Amino acid sequence: MLISMNWISDFVDLSGIDKLELINKFSLSTAEVENEIFFKGSDISGIVVAEIVSVENHPDSKKLHLLKVDIGEAELTDVVCGAPNVRVGMKTAFAKLGAQVGEITIAPRKLAGFTSNGMCCSERELGISDNNDGIMDLDPALENGTDLKTVFDIDDIVFEVDNKSLTNRPDLWGHYGIAREIAALAGRELKPLDTVDLSAYNSLPSIDLKIEDPLCQRYSCLQFGNISVHKSPVNMRIRLFYCGMRALNFLADLTNYLMLEMGQPMHAFDSRKVEKIRIKRFDTPFTFKTLDGVERNIDENTLMICNGNTPVAIAGIMGGLDSEIVADTSTLTLESATFDAASIRKSTVRLSHRTDASMRYEKSLDPEMTVTAIARFVKLLTDIDSGAVVVSSLTDEQAFTYPKVKLSFTKAFVNRYTGIEISNDTIVKTLRSLGFGVELENDEFTVDVPSWRATKDVTIKADIIEEITRIYGYDNFDVHTAEAPLYPVRESTQKSDENRIKDTLVKRYSAHEVHSYIWAYYDEYKALGIEIEPNVELVNATNPNIKTIRRSIVPTQLCQVKYNTAYASDFTIFEVGRTVDGVDENGACREYKKLAITKFSKTKDTEKIYFELRDMLAVIADDIKHLPLRFEKAEATSSYQHPKNLNNIYCNDVLLGQIGVVNATVAKKIDKKAAIVYAEIDVDAFASIKNVSIKYSEPSKFPEIEIDLSFLSDTYAPIAKAISDANCTLIKDVKVTDVYADDNGRSITVRLLFSHPERTLTKEEVLAVVNGIVGSLEKDGIKLKNEFTV
Amino acid sequence: MAEKTNEVRLAFLAALEGVSTVDDLEKIRVEYIGKKGYVTELLKEMKALSNEEKKTFGQAVNVLKNEVNDKIAEKREELKKKEIELENSRMPEFDVSLPANLERGSYHPITLVQRQCEDIFKSMGFTVEDYSEIVTDYECFESLNIPKNHPARDMQDTYYLSNGQLLKTQTSAAQNAIYKKYKDALINEGKAIKAIFPGRCFRNEATDACHENTFFQMEGVMVDKNISISNLIFFMKTMLSEVFQKDIKVRLRPGFFPFVEPGFELDISCLICGGEGCPSCKHSGWLELCPCGMIHPEVLKAGGIDPEEYTGFAFGLGLTRLAMMKYGVKDIRDLNSGKLECLDQFTDDK
Repeated sequence: MLISMNWISDFVDLSGIDKLELINKFSLSTAEVENEIFFKGSDISGIVVAEIVSVENHPDSKKLHLLKVDIGEAELTDVVCGAPNVRVGMKTAFAKLGAQVGEITIAPRKLAGFTSNGMCCSERELGISDNNDGIMDLDPALENGTDLKTVFDIDDIVFEVDNKSLTNRPDLWGHYGIAREIAALAGRELKPLDTVDLSAYNSLPSIDLKIEDPLCQRYSCLQFGNISVHKSPVNMRIRLFYCGMRALNFLADLTNYLMLEMGQPMHAFDSRKVEKIRIKRFDTPFTFKTLDGVERNIDENTLMICNGNTPVAIAGIMGGLDSEIVADTSTLTLESATFDAASIRKSTVRLSHRTDASMRYEKSLDPEMTVTAIARFVKLLTDIDSGAVVVSSLTDEQAFTYPKVKLSFTKAFVNRYTGIEISNDTIVKTLRSLGFGVELENDEFTVDVPSWRATKDVTIKADIIEEITRIYGYDNFDVHTAEAPLYPVRESTQKSDENRIKDTLVKRYSAHEVHSYIWAYYDEYKALGIEIEPNVELVNATNPNIKTIRRSIVPTQLCQVKYNTAYASDFTIFEVGRTVDGVDENGACREYKKLAITKFSKTKDTEKIYFELRDMLAVIADDIKHLPLRFEKAEATSSYQHPKNLNNIYCNDVLLGQIGVVNATVAKKIDKKAAIVYAEIDVDAFASIKNVSIKYSEPSKFPEIEIDLSFLSDTYAPIAKAISDANCTLIKDVKVTDVYADDNGRSITVRLLFSHPERTLTKEEVLAVVNGIVGSLEKDGIKLKNEFTV
Repeated sequence: MAEKTNEVRLAFLAALEGVSTVDDLEKIRVEYIGKKGYVTELLKEMKALSNEEKKTFGQAVNVLKNEVNDKIAEKREELKKKEIELENSRMPEFDVSLPANLERGSYHPITLVQRQCEDIFKSMGFTVEDYSEIVTDYECFESLNIPKNHPARDMQDTYYLSNGQLLKTQTSAAQNAIYKKYKDALINEGKAIKAIFPGRCFRNEATDACHENTFFQMEGVMVDKNISISNLIFFMKTMLSEVFQKDIKVRLRPGFFPFVEPGFELDISCLICGGEGCPSCKHSGWLELCPCGMIHPEVLKAGGIDPEEYTGFAFGLGLTRLAMMKYGVKDIRDLNSGKLECLDQFTDDK
């Protein structure tokens, strides 16, 4: 919303105050002001009142006239002018030689063979309105040569308040409300609004009015007529223009002016079209043509202003075309009303039509303002058009009243909330300057919230704190730390596990952490041939490429691998992110925090990087939990998974996730030759596993015995099991020293290390253990290849 | 005889002079003082001498023998030293001007700034909380004093899900759960609630260099008996000065957020342009960084805390924006792109 400082000055005496500083203060204490401040009129100078003394047609041009104008100097000035409305005796705005009009400096100029020593100006050329009908037609009483800036309020400072920062302040949607803030910030008086006493019209007939729907909170109206002024005064048009509104005709301008001044939207109907004002909703939808000529669909939730049963306006949004003021309108009905904010907001959304009026109504306007606005309207109307007459009494119906808000609090409350000392005097003065009624007795305040702040904005004590502190100024606060007893703060296992996993992956395995999105990307998945698995969906995404929430990070990671194939021949990426696995029995999403790692290699084969990835996971488990991992074959269920080498990962019998190879179809689309493997584990499940504490064992001082055993076995699992089943405390270490396959099958060599902490081992006891292991494996058909001795 | 001794001595010295290896030295040692060495042989000639002469000659030979021994030992040391010097000299000079192999991984920049922020708050006794990304309407809005039809909901473009839940639009969605988690300790043991909760948030909006639908925030709350606006400003200033490692210029403006009262917008001077105005700060010189305020009494109440007895502050820090400012990332979309050419630059950073 654009705010004119001249307009503000109608209500606050700002003499001697740095206005820019004040605007900055407003931004820091009330609402955000946009960066650009407009210095209106600063690019205009040397414009004076000139009288057209003679008009001659240009010999060759139909449009141009040759004028002699009197600009209050000894000699008349010759000017060539193309305006259609020139006439002898007319006084107009004239840019003298050397004058500045925007970027143009006026100099003598040849125009169709004649020298023009200046320029007659229209309002638009001067940048004070968008009127370009012709050159300005000024009051004949003005003295020739008078600087136009002394005649009209051309110089002004205009600033823009961010509308978003006003959502909670219905009182700030007009200049008067802003002026109240400015007055409080400047420490000056706010002048009362100049209005007429409407009770003078009490004897006139009233208007037939009935609120039939509680969504209309208050409806005030008044009829008037005998209007002879059709064009608004220049100063009014300048203000409207500076505040971003087009000047139309006097009555439309006046309602707009009132809206910009008081924040109260108003509408003037042709009285013939609103003889029986009814405010209601209709049971069946219909179409309605608004002022702008657009047919709009009205449904059963939209509140309408009607003449009896005929709709004439969409309440709070826009008037109807049929009840518009026309050439022969003699009597007008002025509406000043308030409506339920949420209802207006929803209607604007349904109609996709937001207007200056609805924007204000959405904020919960003060119903107490409707009558004052009419009183102000009549004052301005009759000031400008002295012939205008009011022909009805004020007709006013109120269906809803906001409760009066009275708040009590103590000085101690203010001290506790602010943490600083603000004197009772300052509190009282600040609140009063903002229109609050304040009583103070023994450090106890009782505050009456003014109606314009009581529609939703100020309802609790904490709101009063804001009023006091923002005017006090946050820059003036003495800041200090809090006093609270200290307690140790322990990091959660989830948090520390996650950090340690990331550290290991980055520092030990040179992996790169990435972030991706929580949803599947249709186009990218499709390009890689990855099917999107059904899951919870976004219902209102505006981007058609996203809809389904991901079940796994792996596919999103594969899209990122695809993006990076040219980055390096080998790389590892990982992410700790969220996935969703449908909904639980209560309908809530089953959300998981997962770690996904993908390895890409053009230099190593799949088996090699698969084991590298497996070892990464094993190292993480060993490092953080001091526990081994167990792998178990799993069935592929997703389109990106390779049917082979997919394994479930367990730690302490907790299922953590899976490790697998990317399906050849998908892998080929990522890179024709690269090997790609992935793993995904549940971070919270991992964190839930208690780590095994470190048990120190002193190295034995007695000789150790090493025995190598080579078994013929397809997998190591049974060998590991047999060794573990032996449950022998003398076995200090087990290593696989060799694996090879030939025609006889696959041979796996393990080296067992035996030792005893307190004595030398005997051959017999070691032999017994080894024979036990060998024997149990033989029973399972796994033969020992070598002979061994102790 | 003295002449003979002297001859052997001179011959030895001459021979020693020509020795250049330890092996040659050993040969000479055997040649002179071995069992059949020249010096040893000299003693055999003693038989023909008188007792008096024997004594003189014996002593002379012994002196010679000792001298030979010493000289050989001396020569051995010298040769060894030379050999080591030789070996050292054979070591080539390395070309350390060659580029270092920096094979290493990288952290996501969000992880780095998040850790930095967490460290600051941990050092001030705050707990670090984790929270889900999918939340209920109650968590994200109702419990935060944003009832249905509240205009504040218009400010947030929410992604709603088919099961009626939504993707959290703000980390504040965790506030209610955190109050409930710690309220007993607050009320019964007098332990102030001091928590931060970093997390990923979502807004249903079109993306460009400055807008993302997926971004990170970090929320913080502190609740106790006498928490004040003054405390809030102190913690904000302290935190930001720690984050940026310098005294940060900040300003507070009133800001409207339904879950705080009073509410503020905290601005810091733009770190990219230094306050002169650039696209990142929309040419204002200031960056809106951190909405904050005193926790709204209704929000405390919803969390089971009596607002008459306790007060608190809350703030939300845009971690994504912070990371962009800190590292000069111009396009927000780079962060979720997975582009390693962008991301591999972020090594550990404390």
